[in-house]
Amino acid sequence: MNDLSIMKTHKLFINGAFPRSESGRTLELKSSKGQFIANLARASKKDAREAVLAARSGFQKWSIATAYNRGQVLYRVAEIMQGRKDQFISELVTQGASKRDAEKEVQNSIDRWVWYAGWSDKLAMVNGSANPVAGNFFNFSVPEPTGIVAIIPESKPALYSLVEAIAAAIVSGNSCVVLVAKNSALAAISLAESLATSDVPAGVVNILTCDIAEVAPHLAAHSDVNAIDFTGVANKELAISLEKTAAENLKRVLRPTKNGTHGLNRIKAWLEIKTVWHPRGY
Amino acid sequence: MVFEYAPAPESTSIVDIQTSYGLFINGKFVKSKDGKRYKTINPATEEVLSEIVLAGKKDVDAAVKAARNAYGKWSKLPGATRGKYLYRIARILQERSREFAVLESINNGKPIRESRDVDLPLVAAHFFHYAGWADKLEYAGVGSNPQSLGVAGQIIPWNFPMLMLAWKIAPALAAGNTVVLKPAETTPLTALLFAEVCQQAELPPGVVNIITGAGETGSALVNHPNINKVAFTGSTEVGRLIASSVAGTNKKVTLELGGKAANIVFDDAAIDQAVEGIINGIFFNQGHVCCAGSRLLVQESVKDELLDLLYERMQTLRVGDPLDKNTDVGAINSASQLAKIQELAESGDTEGADRWTLKCELPERGFWFPPTVFTNVTQAHRIAREEIFGPVLSVLTFRTPQEAIEKANNTPFGLSAGIWTEKGSRILEVANNLRAGVVWANTFNKFDATSPFGGYKESGYGREGGRVGLEAYLKSGDK
Repeated sequence: MNDLSIMKTHKLFINGAFPRSESGRTLELKSSKGQFIANLARASKKDAREAVLAARSGFQKWSIATAYNRGQVLYRVAEIMQGRKDQFISELVTQGASKRDAEKEVQNSIDRWVWYAGWSDKLAMVNGSANPVAGNFFNFSVPEPTGIVAIIPESKPALYSLVEAIAAAIVSGNSCVVLVAKNSALAAISLAESLATSDVPAGVVNILTCDIAEVAPHLAAHSDVNAIDFTGVANKELAISLEKTAAENLKRVLRPTKNGTHGLNRIKAWLEIKTVWHPRGY
Repeated sequence: MVFEYAPAPESTSIVDIQTSYGLFINGKFVKSKDGKRYKTINPATEEVLSEIVLAGKKDVDAAVKAARNAYGKWSKLPGATRGKYLYRIARILQERSREFAVLESINNGKPIRESRDVDLPLVAAHFFHYAGWADKLEYAGVGSNPQSLGVAGQIIPWNFPMLMLAWKIAPALAAGNTVVLKPAETTPLTALLFAEVCQQAELPPGVVNIITGAGETGSALVNHPNINKVAFTGSTEVGRLIASSVAGTNKKVTLELGGKAANIVFDDAAIDQAVEGIINGIFFNQGHVCCAGSRLLVQESVKDELLDLLYERMQTLRVGDPLDKNTDVGAINSASQLAKIQELAESGDTEGADRWTLKCELPERGFWFPPTVFTNVTQAHRIAREEIFGPVLSVLTFRTPQEAIEKANNTPFGLSAGIWTEKGSRILEVANNLRAGVVWANTFNKFDATSPFGGYKESGYGREGGRVGLEAYLKSGDK
């Protein structure tokens, strides 16, 4: 029995580590043909709170990293994913994608990291300004990260949507807590492993496999979460309830839309503009 | 020393207030369909100025319909043409600036010196700035095919009635939207006068609609199914309600809400300038300013010196008749706002802070609160946490820059902050670490049409002013 394969334990990704859920609960994942794949950790409210704590400490480091550094780290994620390309493809296939689609999706996901990486030191140029105020002042505006973004990404295409949502949030210095449903869990966990080996500081990205409807409301209500991307919530009632809850501390929200929000517009959803004035004179 | 000043009242003959007003819908003043009426007063005298409509649901509906009907044509006009209308408005506002300033002071209670020298010049500047954007929308930052949103429902506060109107209407129109604007319940008069400016500028009917009323009118507007954008400036409490009520719609929202700004004075600050900045930060517009520097954070080693100078400088503040050209601090805008300020100030007493009040004669009628400073304030005190929105300063101290930053950020708000130091590197580092949308270094309470304004955290989202202010009224049309 020496060729018996070693099955992977699928865990959460919090603060750079891979814990099981504190609740001890799991979600049984089966293939489309009904074959057992894994017992995924099923995150609880308490796990979500731990993840927010981690995200706050991640934010403190990541938001003051230089743009050059953030760009390199995002590029490194692409490098690591490239090396694990086959693993991602086979996981997407296991979760129902065709081989061809999976290959395309993984390559697009890798390329997406590269594209976002390049934005890190251009955002302030494109979104900031020196403002010609009518008076003897120097006045400039710079974009800054909003803080912690709770993310419920679209479930299809599983990996690409995840990359799009995470990269758009963290490129400017935000940290995030990402909720992933069972049907896109495999690639999400491998992505977590790629992030863990890409010099992304601990806590900047936290990924929780869970029952979305159970955990998302806790993040929407958490007062240390600054923003919520619920573009992946297809259930209209849940979407409304998340947005209403998020209003309590005026979280920035990104709603599900027909065509989605991509690229720079997605990055901008998690930016604050800070304007600084100083008088001129001798 | 304190100089005696002879009264120097600004003449009110330039304004002509009607005994009652209707609603401005589809280019003309109309009677209300289902509204009630209320009286608007001069807060400095409690004299009744006019009768105003509390617009009802049917009125809101009529205004939204008018804006919707006007939207098709307005949004398709060449940008240059929309720009020309806005330039016209800017010019007419400049021509009638004094009239607006006097009316603003009468209805709001702010010193004529401020409405004349700050509010109205900025109002014209905003229209002038956004007029020039109307034919340059592809540079606004939302892609190569920017699209207007539709009908904007806009709700503004009473502290800067005309300035807030300009911040809302100018970018909305430049981008091709039409608007329904509701001025604050206590300060409707200049917005109604602005309707006349729209007529003089021959703005197409329905592009700007102005409906007066209180919270219920605002709520009907926000919840109207046929608006596409909500822009609100006001309290964080109402901001939350709005953010919640638009859930499930595709209405785009910008909120400019409360603040509790830290004004940080380091031991190397140019102390006389800092004192001026503190005065301007908290007593400008009676402290009715969301970005007011209401928490003074002073480095321990210069606290006594600074406070002595501050008290001395405060002795020269002239409190009283808003229409007197020498007045520095005018009337509190309403009885209810006065009650709120009094209640919070009393909490300062009961929670153990020390109150210092400027000795000054206050007029017998009207709503007044003397400039006040609280010392021995802790971060737990309500006067250090809640927005007072009045001429009340809370003084806290710090030892290190890190502590100053920590205390400054220790609030759910994040609208503005001030830094006073002669050291350039410290300005930039502290500014970098403050979680606030506007940071004034060695100055305070400065505004400009080209300068984005708006908050972090619970001070709201979106910016007003400059290019990013325009983005709030556009969406990407790129495929």
